[in-house]
Amino acid sequence: MSDSMKISSNPHVRSKATVSGIMAAVVVALMPAAGYGIYHFGPRALELILISIVSTVGTEFLFGLIRKKETVGDLSAVVTGLLLALNLPVSVPWWLPVIGGVFAILVVKELFGGLGQNFMNPALAARCFLLISFPALMTDFSYDAVTGPTPLAALKAGESVNVLDMIVGRTAGTIGETSLIAIVAGACFLILLGIIDLRIPGSYLITFLLFEAVFGRHGFDPAYLSAQLAGGGLMLGAFFMATDYVTRPITIGGQYLFGIFLGLMTGIFRIYGPGAEGVSYAIILGNLLVPLIEKITWPTAFGKGGGRREK
Amino acid sequence: MNRAGERLYNGLVKENPTFVMMLGMCPTLAVTTSAMNGLGMGLTTTAVLAMSNLFISALRKIIPERVRIPAFIVIIASFVTIVQLLLQAYLNDLNKALGVYIPLIVVNCIILGRAESFAYSNPPIASLFDGIGMGLGFTVALTCIGIVRELLGAGEIFGVHVMPDSFTPIGIFVLAPGAFFVLAGLTALQNYVKIIGARKGKDMSRIGSGCSQDCMNCDVKGCGKRKGKSLDEGKKPPKPEKAAGEDKKEEQEPGMEIPDLRIIDLTKDKK
Repeated sequence: MSDSMKISSNPHVRSKATVSGIMAAVVVALMPAAGYGIYHFGPRALELILISIVSTVGTEFLFGLIRKKETVGDLSAVVTGLLLALNLPVSVPWWLPVIGGVFAILVVKELFGGLGQNFMNPALAARCFLLISFPALMTDFSYDAVTGPTPLAALKAGESVNVLDMIVGRTAGTIGETSLIAIVAGACFLILLGIIDLRIPGSYLITFLLFEAVFGRHGFDPAYLSAQLAGGGLMLGAFFMATDYVTRPITIGGQYLFGIFLGLMTGIFRIYGPGAEGVSYAIILGNLLVPLIEKITWPTAFGKGGGRREK
Repeated sequence: MNRAGERLYNGLVKENPTFVMMLGMCPTLAVTTSAMNGLGMGLTTTAVLAMSNLFISALRKIIPERVRIPAFIVIIASFVTIVQLLLQAYLNDLNKALGVYIPLIVVNCIILGRAESFAYSNPPIASLFDGIGMGLGFTVALTCIGIVRELLGAGEIFGVHVMPDSFTPIGIFVLAPGAFFVLAGLTALQNYVKIIGARKGKDMSRIGSGCSQDCMNCDVKGCGKRKGKSLDEGKKPPKPEKAAGEDKKEEQEPGMEIPDLRIIDLTKDKK
């Protein structure tokens, strides 16, 4: 018989995408933000990024030795370490990313079963862990001996901010969040590769803007709204963390719902919360709701519609 | 007394209320911000647990089956009130630090659990030692959690500064999430120790007499209490009880005043 009669079990069609390929693309997409951070904050930012990546990869490697199953090669620990470092202020001591990296990999990811089983974004969970543990260190945004509030804090205090500076990135903040251009460039790269789509970021940002416009006490003031959009970790969170494959809903309807929820939560935290920032808490809260969101948006399987017509 | 020693060992190690049975989580997570608070809470609970176990066991023959839970609560609440007044008189700082968690000992499930599963069906001395063992197990667990949290969250143990000055306290450990981390870590540690012990051939199974009446999740082998031979024998399923009542009704002479059948049932069950 010919080869056309070959018998094999499913799946018959395989995607060419691999975990390490996707993670490598994410690392490349984060390079503009990281590069701008290093340019803007100096070599100290590079040191922190390297320390963070070494600690996450090292933790993953050591845990792999215990588990007798090495997963360093999938590069997910590199992405976690890079994202964690981009979420730290440049003035933190060297051991802070180490603690954060160990926490992200060991507690949030590996103890729950490794990549694919983590119920929260490891980098964000580590950021929140550090934020609660060391609030003074994590909110000290001084660089080059300049102590200034982040644009969002200034905005919350009622001061005016320079939106152009925020778009380019000439402001105080964490290493990777300041430059809107660099983040959007990386995000466009991922969207063009088809690794992420606009469902979650789009619904997230639109909901957030609407919420800010209605409840932000500034009305539809374009300067205020664009500053809110460009400030803080919103863009980084919307494009790189809310779209994390493991911790986002897998249903399409669920992804829109997830984005809307994140937008509402971020708006509530930013307007009514004690701090100026709320993206990380919003995304973590959204991560926890993902199983419920998937439950209510689960599509009906073919043939189980109960009379409903398939589209 | 061998029985007493067994009860103490059971409470401290084999059925440690915090690390094995996961009972009393509310005070465990809330008050263990420092070693001193953990120790104080543990000893307070121990006192209440021992005394209430003793009294419930002594009164077990006259507490009616149906109202046993309210009766337990009354006994426990009395001892909690006594302990709270004593703390206010002599250790007011601790009283303030523990705050609302002292009155909440009344509804601590360890105390109610031991009353229900041990004291109500065992003689007073064994119950007293069961209470002391469980209480000490709780105290040890709370103090351990408190030490770790205080060490990491403030760099101190029992208020004494022990960490080097370069140590920056990790603030999350004195907050509620830190309590979960430490509890999980210590539980994992004691499970690990028990697994190692079991591998070396030590007997790590629970002692059967500390029955929690939860036969579905029980791993005690050869337990005589399985299959309906549970401790509350008197708690019959509703239907036969009703039938028994009807039987009696038929036996009654017509016109005779019929007392509350439920009370008759109860006293018969107790004897």
